[in-house]
Amino acid sequence: MLYFGEQELAAILLSLKIAIWATFLSLPFAVWVAFLLVRRRFWGREVLNALVHLPLILPPVVTGYLLLMFFGRAGFAGQILNDYFGITIAFQWTGAVLAAAIMAFPLVVRSVRLSIEQINPDLEHAALTLGARPIAVFFTITLPMALPGFVVGAILGFAKALGEFGATITFVGNIPNQTQTIPSAIYGFLQMPGKDQGALTLVFVSIFISVTALLLSEWLARRVQKRVHGQ
Amino acid sequence: MTLNVSIRHQFSGFNLDIAFSAGSGVTALFGRSGAGKSTIAQAISGAFAPTEGHIALNEEVLFSSEQRVNRPAHRRGIGYVFQQDLLFPHFSVQGNLEYAQRYGRSQTGTTNLSEILDILGIDHLFHRRPAGLSGGERQRVAIARALLSNPSLLVMDEPLSALDDPRKAEILPYIERLRDHSQVPILYISHSVSEIARLADQVVAIDNGRVIKTGSATDVFADPNIVPQLGLQSAGALLTATIEKHEDDGLSKLQSASGPIYLPRLDAEIGQSVRVRVLAQDVMLSTVQPENISALNVIQGRVSAIKLGRGPGAIVSIESAGNTILARVTRRSVQALNLEIGSSCFAIIKSVSVAPNQIGRG
Repeated sequence: MLYFGEQELAAILLSLKIAIWATFLSLPFAVWVAFLLVRRRFWGREVLNALVHLPLILPPVVTGYLLLMFFGRAGFAGQILNDYFGITIAFQWTGAVLAAAIMAFPLVVRSVRLSIEQINPDLEHAALTLGARPIAVFFTITLPMALPGFVVGAILGFAKALGEFGATITFVGNIPNQTQTIPSAIYGFLQMPGKDQGALTLVFVSIFISVTALLLSEWLARRVQKRVHGQ
Repeated sequence: MTLNVSIRHQFSGFNLDIAFSAGSGVTALFGRSGAGKSTIAQAISGAFAPTEGHIALNEEVLFSSEQRVNRPAHRRGIGYVFQQDLLFPHFSVQGNLEYAQRYGRSQTGTTNLSEILDILGIDHLFHRRPAGLSGGERQRVAIARALLSNPSLLVMDEPLSALDDPRKAEILPYIERLRDHSQVPILYISHSVSEIARLADQVVAIDNGRVIKTGSATDVFADPNIVPQLGLQSAGALLTATIEKHEDDGLSKLQSASGPIYLPRLDAEIGQSVRVRVLAQDVMLSTVQPENISALNVIQGRVSAIKLGRGPGAIVSIESAGNTILARVTRRSVQALNLEIGSSCFAIIKSVSVAPNQIGRG
């Protein structure tokens, strides 16, 4: 049977918190990067494209290790954050947010990018000729029309962040009540005798959250599509 | 208002090198597909920068390769109507129009919403969504939207080419009304001789990236040398006339400087000035006053030019009291009738050969 002990509940709540934060963190950057990749021709565009996709291709544990090198206590960014802002993110839940956001980033960029590619650039030029500045065109035409991809990207990113394991465990460890997410808790439970029930509970919770997210994204995307294209 | 354009641009084996000016009213940029018209329109609206050149609107420099000026599209004050309607699908008609009012230049009193809605006949569409409108309705809303941004110039790039013939016929009268009732000068780009013959005050004819002829619509269409560019089937001079009377047998009597003209009933008020495109292939010539013929219109004039074609055909230009008529006949007839410049001549036009879409408001 399902068993919700203190550790299981803590892992579920922490996972949700991390996934929500990671989604909100990666979305604005993803939209901006997707827009640049589709609409602007600039030097280094291919490099940016490759960089964005890197977390998708690299072994997650490598991404986690790179994060540790960069944002750890002794890392370049880690030192700056620590010395000037008193913030430590390695082995903290905030570090898990960063790891999850980075891992989810390529997925979010891809789906936003696909929906921006479907927008006729002449529509944006039409808005310009009406006198709207480029930034206004972005917020009044491009972004609203890309909303379906935005919604799908957000939910995909959320699901990815929820399931992130390799980079997270490498960067922030597996400390119950502090950095232990659903996947790392399942992994931890499986290492200990007599904890099978907890692992099974979290497996079911994972399936439930993922399927709900998927159905929600389908439903939302259809509604938004209808609203945007008026059909 | 004066638009001065002088641009050179090279792209994939094509060389554009044109210069022209446009004043108030409708200036038509005319040429076949691929002549470079849309490229010119895009350069004027700021969609791209040509290799070299100068574009100025009312003394304001919009683009100059020499002065390194390239004003961005949103600060040019040029309304642009595209081939396809580009209404914002996520706004209603009202939302689309308000977008132009919100971002367009501050109103100077020349444009107001109800007047524009009225001219284009779209007030009943105000609360609808673009997806639910017909092609013609959408294009009318797109024109209204461009006008509401209060532009100094309205560029219309093949605005009817994506519509079927009935939709074109539906929308043309609205564009004529726009020309007659709005102060905004229009640069009208089209490959359609009939649209240009109806709408244009001035014509700039483009071929293969060069300007081949500019002048008033009447002059350009009366020029026998431009016939190859217009196409033999489409060539024909414009005749200006005023509607005098609608007669009981379904004909309308028009008065022109060259005498009365009878045409099938026109949907226009008495006193309305119209211009009629008389296709050169519909005109028959005679050197004596014809009698007992069924054609109702006989116009007397003198031959002012003869242009022999490479084939069996010839274009004869007849001057009559300030009007010009082009006739497409055979070289054999030119010889048989002994036609020379200055010869007295009668042009015979069948009433029923003039289709309603060849008649525009003058």
